[in-house]
Amino acid sequence: MHHLIPLLVAIPLLGAALLVATGRHLPRIAAELTGFVVSAGTAALALILLLNSAPPMVEWVGGWLPVDGESVGILVVGDGPALGMAALASLLTLAALAYSWRYFDEPPRDRTGSFTALMLVFQGAMCGFAVAGDLFNAFVFFELMSVVAYALTGYRIDEAKAVQGALTFGIVNSLGAYAMLMGIALLYARTGELAMAKIGRGLDAAAGPGGPDALVLASFVLVLTGLLVKAAAVPFHFWLPDAHAVAPTPVCMLLSGVMVELGAYGVWRVYGTVFAGPGGIPAADLTRALVTLGALTAVTGAVMCWYQRHIKRLLAYSTVAHTGLFLVGLGVLTPEGDDGVALYLLGHAGVKAALFACAGVLLDRFGSVDEHALHGRARGQLRATAVMFAVGGLGLAGLPPFGTALGKAITEEAVGGPFTVVYVAASAITAGAVLRVTARVFLGLGPRPGDAEYETSGSDEEPETSGPLRRIPDTMTIVPAVLLAAALAVGLAPGFGALVARSVNEAGSGGAHASAHWTLPGVLLGVASALLALALAGLAVSRPGWVAAPGWAAPLRRLQSGHVGDYVAWLLVGATVLGALALPGILGS
Amino acid sequence: MHVLPYPVAAYIFLTGCYGLATSRNLIHAVGCLAVCQSATYVLLLAVGYRDGGTAPVFSDMKPGSRPLVDPVVQALTLTDVVVGATVTALLLALVLQIAKRHGTVDPDELRELRG
Amino acid sequence: MNRLRLWLLAVGGAGLAALLVAACLDLPGFGGSRHPYGDRAVRAALSRHTANTIASVNFDQRAYDTLGEMSILFAAVLGCVVLLREARDEHRARPEPADVARPVRRYALLVLPVALVTGLYVIAHGQLSPGGGFQGGVVAATALHLLYLGADYHALERVRPLGVYETTDALAVSSYLVLGAAGILAGTAFLANTLLPYGTFNTLSSGGTVPLLNAAIGMEVASAVVVLLAHFLDQAVEIEEEHGRGTP
Repeated sequence: MHHLIPLLVAIPLLGAALLVATGRHLPRIAAELTGFVVSAGTAALALILLLNSAPPMVEWVGGWLPVDGESVGILVVGDGPALGMAALASLLTLAALAYSWRYFDEPPRDRTGSFTALMLVFQGAMCGFAVAGDLFNAFVFFELMSVVAYALTGYRIDEAKAVQGALTFGIVNSLGAYAMLMGIALLYARTGELAMAKIGRGLDAAAGPGGPDALVLASFVLVLTGLLVKAAAVPFHFWLPDAHAVAPTPVCMLLSGVMVELGAYGVWRVYGTVFAGPGGIPAADLTRALVTLGALTAVTGAVMCWYQRHIKRLLAYSTVAHTGLFLVGLGVLTPEGDDGVALYLLGHAGVKAALFACAGVLLDRFGSVDEHALHGRARGQLRATAVMFAVGGLGLAGLPPFGTALGKAITEEAVGGPFTVVYVAASAITAGAVLRVTARVFLGLGPRPGDAEYETSGSDEEPETSGPLRRIPDTMTIVPAVLLAAALAVGLAPGFGALVARSVNEAGSGGAHASAHWTLPGVLLGVASALLALALAGLAVSRPGWVAAPGWAAPLRRLQSGHVGDYVAWLLVGATVLGALALPGILGS
Repeated sequence: MHVLPYPVAAYIFLTGCYGLATSRNLIHAVGCLAVCQSATYVLLLAVGYRDGGTAPVFSDMKPGSRPLVDPVVQALTLTDVVVGATVTALLLALVLQIAKRHGTVDPDELRELRG
Repeated sequence: MNRLRLWLLAVGGAGLAALLVAACLDLPGFGGSRHPYGDRAVRAALSRHTANTIASVNFDQRAYDTLGEMSILFAAVLGCVVLLREARDEHRARPEPADVARPVRRYALLVLPVALVTGLYVIAHGQLSPGGGFQGGVVAATALHLLYLGADYHALERVRPLGVYETTDALAVSSYLVLGAAGILAGTAFLANTLLPYGTFNTLSSGGTVPLLNAAIGMEVASAVVVLLAHFLDQAVEIEEEHGRGTP
């Protein structure tokens, strides 16, 4: 069975290559069908492997089995989290391909399959990154994932904002990736190895009685910089709203639903395998770094989310806020925290992708995703989309029995103390913003708000479809419905939480096991978040003056300047902050 | 035993970052990104060097007759070069479209996405 | 210049510089003799009769990295094709014939075959001597573009049916993947170099599947670079906006 793991990468790539080879002669329907079948096949393979992942599998690509514990080959891992992320990425790609069935008007002339082919490569890249057990190999698939994502983000070349957002995305993410490679080179210099587990053991062996030194700290900072740029942690997050707001809707579903989360997953994998030993970064320092940055990210994302009028940009900031919550949960380094984040991430992927899918319907119908311009315009029509948007908002808040609620409850319990407030607030504010959009756009409630000075409007977008389609294709309604149902199933399916928890703990958490089930405080906190979100939305709609942007939020918004130079400077500051947060353990030991 | 070649890589990386942050032209910015990347080549190759070492190619040399530099970092650098070239191409394609859509490649004038 | 950005840059740059310099001081000395992975890689290459250890690392020991690397090139070319397509308000114009200075023309046409043969030689000897599919592929693709310098764009277009190159690119990628999957079918592992005999050391057929994977990469790189350059050249030479204004 373990021999099949590399096929998670090979099958989608092969599908993409065949689509490009025959793309000039294929009718559009055949190309899209091929893509759909290949993507579905990969998803099925990922699920089958996932079901067989206890005990965790490993595979040496090329058959270079270790001799006396030494190998020259590349290791891929087939444990629960790795295959789970691969399955999630595959299933979301499948959903996005189904959603885009009739979505784009004209594929580039003579190249009917190119969008589908890019999506397939993206799927393969995400799977490859998820199962990577070799640090350099992880970098290669990280770059592949990025390169496809840049191209997909800039896909609508007629749209001025799209190409600009894609370039910002490209420059910031590539710089992060190069920082990560510098870190890998430092680790190679110290240990002479590339497989993550071997590097970890090498660091432990090389550490003297003084414990880790500056080299370990620098490589930790550089590698994490790359991963946190992808995970859009503050202050590495600036690229995300610019990119996610302008990418074609099916691509947004993937970017927000799984690619950003893969960054957080990478942090978990790399810390647990490389830096968790006595020669690595002490646990207290990692907790300090991740919890601080994660909490900042959650707060920043939530505040910025609340003040958006561009609906896709609003959803993008909500992704920032939620990744912050994931990082806090991973940062406390408890088995409960890991389990909670895994469930939260699954639920969030379904909800967020469904919300983007609904925003795509608005863009198709009205050629705009601007909350103010759309005020009341969708009233009385698009009922299904309206209901799904509202339900998605509640799911985002963590209303039981959504998977987000289960995951959030477990994570809150693991994190404990004052951070519960951050969880409740961040999820309630982002969900409140979504519900506010629902009330204004779909119900036409409240007065039409005025314009602010420093903001991105969502009007005058180039439509993604050739004029409004005659009627909304069924796929554009069914896909978000299925995604929401899946997010519900994560919380409702009996035993699913326990299953996820077991497979996560088998792969990491030092062998400790935790149970994952609903608790009364968790349910109450989830309901409280949802009520708070509803109250915020109601307040915003009925008394716009009360929740208008206060003075203190303006500087925060001004930081999102749209200038790529600023974002690069912030990236350097972020690396320095990361180093400073992890420094005490190096000095103290 | 000295470590002087390594700070060269750090210097190149930071120079590239400075150029990126202060760039007034996106084509120049993409070039600066390539500078940052060349820091990784320098670091990788410096890490793999062995005193008196020669290329690990045996078409005209008996195995074991001379010390060899680390072949793994050379392969990694090759991968890195390909990655760099393709990323540069893709980013330049995006810059080209920005020039068409916005009529400028000065990042100071591209302020649509903000707040 | 924005003052905030300069401050951020100063703080971030100084912090990162301090960190990197401190790390450099802890690195093992330059030119040191401890390279465990490198030593293992040399032994593994010799055991499989591959004279160029780097080719063995690229196409045998870490062939899976090369798979990713090849996919990055493939994806970037596909991305550039998509990004540099004709926009809604653009059309194609016939390129003007250009005047080429006679020495340039003579030199370009003279060098063209030499460069092409060099490229193919470098690809073919990838597992024996320095070079290989990536390096040779770039040389071969560049050779064709001497026609653009020596004659004009029209001449280049005649020897460059883009569709053929795009298909070749995709087929080369497919063949690499199929060779990899053959390892699984044969019961070993993905990209396992156990299908073919390793041959006589230091001959063209040595190294098992290394020469095949190397050739696939050579084909992919050569056609990918041609397609990539073609789309940039199209932007410069052929594609114009509707209202008569030339592209920048």
